[in-house]
Amino acid sequence: MRRALTAALVFAAAFVALAFLFVPVLAIFVHVTPGRLVAQLSNPLVGDAVVVSLETTVVAQVLILALGTPAAYLLASRRFRGRALLVTLVELPLVLPPAVAGIGLIAAFGRYGLLGSPLRAAGLTIGFTQAAVVLAVALVSSPLYVRQAIATFEAVDENMVAASRTLGAGPAKTFFRVVLPLARGGLAAGEALAFARGLGEFGATIMFAGSLQGVTQTLPLAIYAEFDQTNGFDVALAMSALLVLVSAALLVSLKVTPRWQSSRPTSRFLFARSLSS
Amino acid sequence: MAILSADFTLPLRAFALELSLAVEGTVALVGPSGAGKTSVLHVVAGLAHAARGRVALGGDVWLDTARGVRRRPEERSVGLVFQEYALFPHLSVRGNVAYAGRGRVDELLQRFRLDHLADARPRALSGGERQRVALARALARDPAVLLLDEPLAALDAHTRTEVRSELSELLRELRLPTLLVTHDYEDAAALAGEVGVLVEGRLRQLAPPAELVARPRDAFVASLTGANLLRGNAAGARELTEVVLTTGERLYSTDEARGEVGVVVYPWEIALAREPAVDSALNVVRGDVGAVVELGNRVRVRVGPVTAEVTAASAARLELARGGVAYATFKATGTRLVPL
Repeated sequence: MRRALTAALVFAAAFVALAFLFVPVLAIFVHVTPGRLVAQLSNPLVGDAVVVSLETTVVAQVLILALGTPAAYLLASRRFRGRALLVTLVELPLVLPPAVAGIGLIAAFGRYGLLGSPLRAAGLTIGFTQAAVVLAVALVSSPLYVRQAIATFEAVDENMVAASRTLGAGPAKTFFRVVLPLARGGLAAGEALAFARGLGEFGATIMFAGSLQGVTQTLPLAIYAEFDQTNGFDVALAMSALLVLVSAALLVSLKVTPRWQSSRPTSRFLFARSLSS
Repeated sequence: MAILSADFTLPLRAFALELSLAVEGTVALVGPSGAGKTSVLHVVAGLAHAARGRVALGGDVWLDTARGVRRRPEERSVGLVFQEYALFPHLSVRGNVAYAGRGRVDELLQRFRLDHLADARPRALSGGERQRVALARALARDPAVLLLDEPLAALDAHTRTEVRSELSELLRELRLPTLLVTHDYEDAAALAGEVGVLVEGRLRQLAPPAELVARPRDAFVASLTGANLLRGNAAGARELTEVVLTTGERLYSTDEARGEVGVVVYPWEIALAREPAVDSALNVVRGDVGAVVELGNRVRVRVGPVTAEVTAASAARLELARGGVAYATFKATGTRLVPL
């Protein structure tokens, strides 16, 4: 009797928890009819937001891959003093409140910021431009990629690297022909996470880049701008549905990325080994 | 054939690896795990940085800390076969062999009987096949030196003997200075013209296998090469040395020694009998018959503290399999005395 009660309680708790997670997502799709939802997508505001989101996210992710990959490889393959501190600094933006990230960006790259003044002297203004969106997205999403990349590179069998070297390959050929192919599953997983986080970036962007339609207004900013406007709620719903689909697609792609090695699987842990060990 | 010379110091965690070695033909380093065997290969290949030393192939200097010469691994002409082979899992057999250069790929695939596996991934191969891929890959660069790290350890006992004789033949054909490391003395003796015993970073003895067996320098070398080692105290007695074992028995040796010694006697120097024999052999050890292990047409038998090797026919005639008491006898000339 008592055992049955416990079981019932556990099932009830699980049901409430899962329902709570699922209902808001479901609500986005059932609040209005699918036809009406799709119709909202023709609103020019939606098109502008999609373009801004795509442009800024793609540029930010290319920058993250191009700069974050070598940085992660260096942190994974070299042992030096202050390495642990550096890895921790890389991860700091992850736990930083978005508003703090926004203030930081303004203080650094804003009109009167640390680097903003010299940049302005050189004729470059960043605040309230698409470059500002790119910086905000890069700041909050790159740590997700970099720390996953560090863990992935650390998991590559060092004998593979050694074998490549004794076979006449220099460090560059070794990196591109051996390390990168072996790490690509883990890197793709990290990039998918960073992409998803970047696409949803809101707080730092709205503070540092503002919400100018067609310039800095990304999908999340457009949702925020529309949801309390007259007839705006349906538009916000449509954009939300779009983001749910993209996020879900990213999540699925994360789960099905190929696993390379059977003996030494590329690390898929969210947290870099250097932090948790 | 150029000579590979290596003379270096490499600090390891528990001790320093200090070695001076000239490799012409095949040299095997044998020793317990953790003796620094793999590190020797890594220093020669340039994968580990020696604190001090010189590595050269003939007049070609790869490392000379005194003159600041330190060539990178890719600038040394070595073929290194890793212990677990370290094949690239994302490349096919052909891709692995072609990694160092495409020139000789087809020839090597054929030579190592890998043509039908050219498109397979390493994970789909058996241990013996993996080893052949590793060898083919290492040779694709036309190395001037071959380094083998436990080339047979990853194989099961059945394939091992076969692969060992193939490897032995290959090394003879290649005529490259070859340095191989193994924990197995029999592998070392079967493959190399010279065997070095490495313990805690130092070479205890370096000699042809026959010489190691005939004149082991110390107790460790003797037991490594498969000898029986009996501890005792030596004192002179006329022409022979008399050794009183810790168990009280007396043995005689033609070797000269005083004090604490180990009496070394190889299993094939020992004859077995059911009755105490009256013959020229001076040494008799009485004991219970223990484990009996067949090795082809020979049998290894444990009698008290010693292991003897006799023919399968003798073992059958003496009915060793049923146990009981036996007498192990060996000549004074068949023993060596080593310091403990």
